Parts: sequence; C-alpha cells; structure tokens
Amino acid sequence: MKLFIRYLNLMVVTIFILLLFSFILPFLFPGDLLTNISGISPQSNEQRIALEQVYKLDQSIFHQFAFYIESLLDGNWGVSTSDQSNLLHELLLAFPATLELVAYALLIAVVIGIPVGFLSGLKNHNPLDFSVVTFSIVGYSFPVVWLALIFITIFCLQFQWLPISGRIDLLFDVPTETGFILIDIARSGISNKADAYLDALHHLILPTASVAIVTTALFIRFTRRSIMDVMEKDYIIAAKSRGFTQRQIFFKHGLKNALLPILPLLVLQISTLITNVMIIETIFSWPGIGRWLIQAIYQQDYPAIRIGMLVVSLCVMALTITIEFITRAMNPARERAESATV
Amino acid sequence: MALRRSTFKSGLCVMMITAISTTLLGCAKPSLNNINAMTYCSESNPGSFNPQLDTSSTTADASAHQIYDRLLEFNPSNGLIEPGLASSWLVSADGLTYTFQLRSGVEFHNTSYFSPSRTFNADDVVFSIDRWRDKSHPYHHVNGGSYPYFDSLRLDERIKSVERINGYRVEITLYIPDSSFLANLATDFSVILSEEYAIELMTNGRPADLDRFPIGTGPYKFREFRQNQHIRFERHEDYFLPTTGPQQLVFDITNKGSLRMAKLITGECDAVAFPSQSDLAVIQEREELTLLQKPGLNIGFWAFNASKAPFDNPKVRRALALAIDKTSLLDAVYLGQATRAKSLVPSASWAYQSTAKELGYNPVRARELLDEADVPNDFTMNIWAMPVQRAYNPNAMKMAQLMKSYLADVGVNVNIVSYDWNIFRENLRLGMHDSVLIGWNADNGDPDNFYRPLLTCEAIPSGTNRAMWCNPEYDELIEQALLTDDFALRTAFYHQANKLLFEQMPLVPIAHAFQYQAIRADIENMEVNPFGGIRFDSVTRTKK
Repeated sequence: MKLFIRYLNLMVVTIFILLLFSFILPFLFPGDLLTNISGISPQSNEQRIALEQVYKLDQSIFHQFAFYIESLLDGNWGVSTSDQSNLLHELLLAFPATLELVAYALLIAVVIGIPVGFLSGLKNHNPLDFSVVTFSIVGYSFPVVWLALIFITIFCLQFQWLPISGRIDLLFDVPTETGFILIDIARSGISNKADAYLDALHHLILPTASVAIVTTALFIRFTRRSIMDVMEKDYIIAAKSRGFTQRQIFFKHGLKNALLPILPLLVLQISTLITNVMIIETIFSWPGIGRWLIQAIYQQDYPAIRIGMLVVSLCVMALTITIEFITRAMNPARERAESATV
Repeated sequence: MALRRSTFKSGLCVMMITAISTTLLGCAKPSLNNINAMTYCSESNPGSFNPQLDTSSTTADASAHQIYDRLLEFNPSNGLIEPGLASSWLVSADGLTYTFQLRSGVEFHNTSYFSPSRTFNADDVVFSIDRWRDKSHPYHHVNGGSYPYFDSLRLDERIKSVERINGYRVEITLYIPDSSFLANLATDFSVILSEEYAIELMTNGRPADLDRFPIGTGPYKFREFRQNQHIRFERHEDYFLPTTGPQQLVFDITNKGSLRMAKLITGECDAVAFPSQSDLAVIQEREELTLLQKPGLNIGFWAFNASKAPFDNPKVRRALALAIDKTSLLDAVYLGQATRAKSLVPSASWAYQSTAKELGYNPVRARELLDEADVPNDFTMNIWAMPVQRAYNPNAMKMAQLMKSYLADVGVNVNIVSYDWNIFRENLRLGMHDSVLIGWNADNGDPDNFYRPLLTCEAIPSGTNRAMWCNPEYDELIEQALLTDDFALRTAFYHQANKLLFEQMPLVPIAHAFQYQAIRADIENMEVNPFGGIRFDSVTRTKK
C-alpha cells in the first residue's frame, strides 16, 4: 500500500510537471501567443478579444493554467494552426498507427527473440550459439534508421518487391475508423478485401522488420544471459545430480527462473520501441504520431507540437512507472530494478 | 542429446516459417488491375480547394482542372484560347464589353455534402466573379478576403460590371480596354463556383466550407483531404465533356523529392510532381518510366526586399547581383536544363528581348559598390530558400548555399532561412525576408502575366511582388502596354521596362527552366501543361 502511494505520488507529480511544461511552451514559441495557444489567427480585433476571453488571456496566469487543464479534461484539445483540424481527433487517428507497429514488432521480438535466446543459452559455446550471438550483436548495433534505408534500397528500389510508404495502397479506399489498418479493412465496405489485406501486409513487412530486429536482438541477449546464469545455479546442479533429464530441468526450473528477473527489462524496452517506431514512421511515411509530430514541427503548428509532445511523454511516463510499480510489488525484496547485462 | 536436437529443431522451424512467409509475401504482389485508378504524388498540401484564393501551383494542381472549369480554356499545346463553360463570346469594337454565351445542361457535382437542384447558369458566373471583384459581396471576406492573382493584376478595379443578360448569357463591362482580359479568364484562377451551394452554406452558417469542401463542374469530384497524407477524387460521371480519365484519382502528398522518385520506381505513384534535375537521367534510362518535357513559361529569380534598408538602395541590389556567378548556378542547380534569364520573360514569349542588358560576375566592382553604399564588411543578410521544388528552381537550398559562398567573398554573411511552404509564403507576404530565391510560373502566355504580378506596386499587398518594390514609372509602362492590341507597340513598352529593371535591379533574373513530368510508362495521354495546373481528364492506362 505504501509502495502504491509512493508510485502514485511520483506519477501525479510527473504528470503535473509535464502539464506545466506543456502549458509554458506556447509562451516560449515565437509568434503571436494567442495563435500559439488557440491555433486560430484572429482576423479582426473583435475576434481577438473574444478569443482572449475564451482562453482567459485577460486574466491571471493561474486562471489560464486552470483553464488549460479544464479543457484538456473536457477533451477540448484545440485546433491545428495549419488546417484548423481538431487535434484530439487527429491524435486518435495517428496514435493507433504507432501502437500497431509497436504491437507487431513486440510480437515478433517475443515469438522469435525469447525462444532463440533460450536455445542459444542452453547450448552456449557451440556453432549455433556463436551464430546467434553474432546475429544479435550485429542486429543490436544497427541504427534503425540505417537498417530501414538499407531495406528500402534492396527490397523496394532494387527488386521492387515491397512498397516504400504508407500502410496500404491509397487506391484501396479504406476509411480510418479504429486506426488499426487490419481492423479497418475488415470493417470497410470495399469489395476486394483479400487484395487489401495482402497489400496491407506488404506495407507492414519493412517497417515492422526494421524496428523488430533491434528489439529481437536485445531480447535474445537478455534471455540467453539469464538462462546461462540460471543453469549454473546450485538447484539446477542438484536437480541434475538427482537424474532429471535436461528437458525436465529446463521446463521445471530453468524457464521460470530465467524469465522472471528479465521480464521487467523486456517490458521496459517498449518505450525504446516506441521511440524507434516514431523514427521509422517518418522514413516509411507511416501515418503515426512520430510522422505527425515531425510534420507539425515543419509547419510550426505549435498547438499540435504541444499536445503531441504531452501525449507521447505522458504515455511513455505512465508505462514506465506502472511497470516499475508492478515489478516492485511482485518482488518486494528487490530494491532497484537490476541493471541489464547485455 | 535427443532433447537438445528437438529444441534446436523447433527454433529452426520458427526461423523457417518466418523466412518462407516473408518470401511468399514478397513474390505475390497484390493486383490492382481491376481498379480503374491513378495515383499522383504531389509535393505539398494545397492551401485550399479554391485557386481564386492562392497563386501557389500546389493549390491549382489540386483543384483548378480537377474540380472546376472556367469560362474559357487554354489549349495546352498551342496556348490559344478555346471555349470552356462559355460556348462563344463577343468583344465590342471599343474593347470594353465582353458578352459570353454559356453552355446549357452542365451538371455540378453531386456529393455527400451537396446535391445540386439545377445545372450551371449565368448566376454562377456572376457569383464567381463578384466574389473577388466586389468588396461588399457577402462571400468576399470569407476565408481571408484576399485574391492574390486578381489583386495583383488589379482586375477588380478594371471591371465595371458583370451582368446577367439571361440564364445563359453574361455581359462583362470594363472601364478601360485590357488586351489580356480574355487570357486572364482562362487562367487556373478564374474558376466557376456554384452559387446555389454558396447560398446553401451561407444559410447554414458555414460559408468557409465553400473552399474546403468544393463543388464545381469539373471532371473530378472532391472526396476527402487528409493534411500531409492524401487527397481523394472521384470521377464526375455527368461531366459535360467526354473523359477517359481514371475512376479514382488520388494525390499522395509526398514532400521529399527523393521519396517521390522512389515511389515512382516502385510503382506506388503513377506520376510525380517536379522530378529533380539529377534524377532525369535515371528516368530516361529506366524502361518502366517516361519523362515528358516542355520549355516552361517560367522564371527563377533572386528578389531583394526593397522595402528594407539597405536593400532599398539600388546600388546595394546591383552590388549583390554582381557578386553572384549565374553561370555556375545554372550548371550546379539546373544541371544544364535551363536557359539563362536576362529579363523577366523567356524566349518563347513574343515580348522576349534578346538584346536586354544583364549584369556579369564582378566581385571587385560589387565590393566597391557596397562600400559606396556604406554597407560594412561583415554585413549579415538572410536568403530565404523555398522549401519545395519548382521547375524554375529545382533546389533553392543548394542555390542559396552556393550564393552564400559567393557573397562571403565580398564580405557579406548569409543566413539561409526556410519554412514549410504555406508558412513561407505567408511570411514573405508580410515582408519578413531580406531576399528570397523563388520564381514564377506563367498562367497564360501574355507578358503582362510576368511584368504585372511580379513587380508592380499593387502586387505587394497580394504577395506576388516578392521584391516589395514599387516604382510608379514602371507601373505606368506596364499600364500603357495593356491599352493597345499592337504587338510592336506593346513590345516597345516591355523593352523600356527591362531597361528600368536593369538599372534598379529589384530582382536578379536567374533562369528559365524546362518543365518536366515523370510518369510510369503505362500512363498515356498525359501532357505537361505550360499554363498552370496538372490535368488528368484524358489520361488512360494501357492494359498489360
């Protein structure tokens, strides 16, 4: 309970600081303060005065901050300066696209990274292990940007197997509803769904692979190291001496004891993954939040930059603190999250 | 040992499955053959869907020939004026009264947001012209109230009245004769909107939607626009002319030129805007791509902000012009795909002056002039480089960097500035620049289309006079040239204007470039349109 309060407190304070920071941002941006906050450039003096009253700019800074928090809670997140679109709506369209990439990359990392890590850890120092270690070092050392560009050069430009940009060929008229392309195709009324799915999968391969490789390599290294440590523990040796087979030892003792300590480390990789996905989005023109933010920066769309940064930082922060809390709650003996052995 | 092998096997299985599925997906390309559609990769977001409001060619590309029609049209191959929504027209002997006979039975778009109850008639023409002409018109101030093309030509002040004679006949009366008036009505900007739709929006209290959810008579209906992502159009089945264009038309908004090129190669785009000069050779080499080209009616230039010190001094402007070696700019930026510009109009125009004087490269003289004008060594100025590619300047950033090194030689420091295209133009209009690398694409073949919008006084507030240079003598010459139909006399006026520009140097003309369009080889009947926006109404795709 005490722990819960401590983490809750940490979360509340961090949220407050983030809110405060995002509130101050428009004051630091160049240009007209009113436009930076509201996203609307007033056409006349009357409109300016009316807008100032709405945003409480005629009142003290505390009123303004209170109004800011209030409108955030009301779902009134303002409009973009460039096209007056509703920012909440835009974010709800962009964010699922990012989550989608994160989810698939994570899936690949778990499905491939963890088994391969165990395999190579159990059979350490044989040719298979060496090749896995080599792959993981190489994979882990690649900057995602570079990897993505190499993929584009080979698979798109050289062989023309895969498309470069977007989530689906624009000629498939799939309306964005949930923001998850595979679900949207199912819900859309188009006639050639099979083709659309095939096309969407084509678009998914390269962006997913570019981010998944780094995370997979990391997962391999975590699990390999962990299982190697566990297999040298006394209780494993004891089990061996009692005549258990290798298989029984691994599934009874090895698996659980190896996974438990690294699980939080693996989950924490999600925030790194989100960052990587945001970079990849701009390369593959994936309509997620990373690309959205970059465009907002190019267009000096200050209301969009402010809300976008707030949402991304809140998500990463909430994720990190929650995982930290769950880990500590599950394993009270541990004082701090162990640093990873990579 | 047996156990170990089984673990090994399962691991191998996972890898195999992944590898196989990847390869399968890689080979089985989804077929799009049964969709009659086309993707055009455009370079930026349109400012709106009404070219009356904007002189940017991005806006014109996205709307002028897709959504709308004009009273008159240019024939893209010879530049002659042809009937559009007006089937015939009559000019009175004094050159002041124009009578247009309109086509009947022309349907407006029927979309999810508007169902027309009547066909096109004279009310639509009166509404469309009065919107920009008449400052008291209820729609004049909707969406900014600025009509840069018409404002820069001061066309609103030339028109005395626009009258509906009957349902299909309109009479326009001018105050003074204007030999370029018909040409102006055929430009991308003179689109015809739906009066019925405008009234409906006004009643519903959403007048601003007129330019965001457009209704026109053109070959394509507007479906959807997502900022930075795409624009969707659908064929207008009741279009009054026979069309062969695709059922669906998608503009895939791709800012980076290199990415557009890559998407053209992978087949994600069927046509791309502004291929970069360095890619031209690649396009010509590849079998699956075609390069279309035409000499462009355009000019790329370096304009000084003459409203700001020290650029208000002609000496300073001439000095900076002398400090630049134009030949090397032409080689490095246009890679030989352009001709050197001496004055404003290219050689394709009848007003071209081959004997026009121009400044050479002379850094020593440049420094002397700067000293005479009391510009200190180490003076710092900015050069704004436009962020998009245009035929008249395919790489403004590179050009700015080259100029930076030339100017450093004469003791002038340069900061290069660039913004998003829409912001860039807005800030230019406000005059926040010292100098800018930009240009102009002509909208019709008349030389007035260069001389007037680029440098006359009234073009300053409308934002097409990037030099913010106002010279009554120059304005008078341009005005005189319009009062007559005599080509020799008009040419003489333009040559005098050239002389004045050479002395005053409000802008440094750099190049007239070829205009290119890169398309996939299976796209047919696509033409480079030298008079403005891109068109798709007759484009077809050959079946494999």
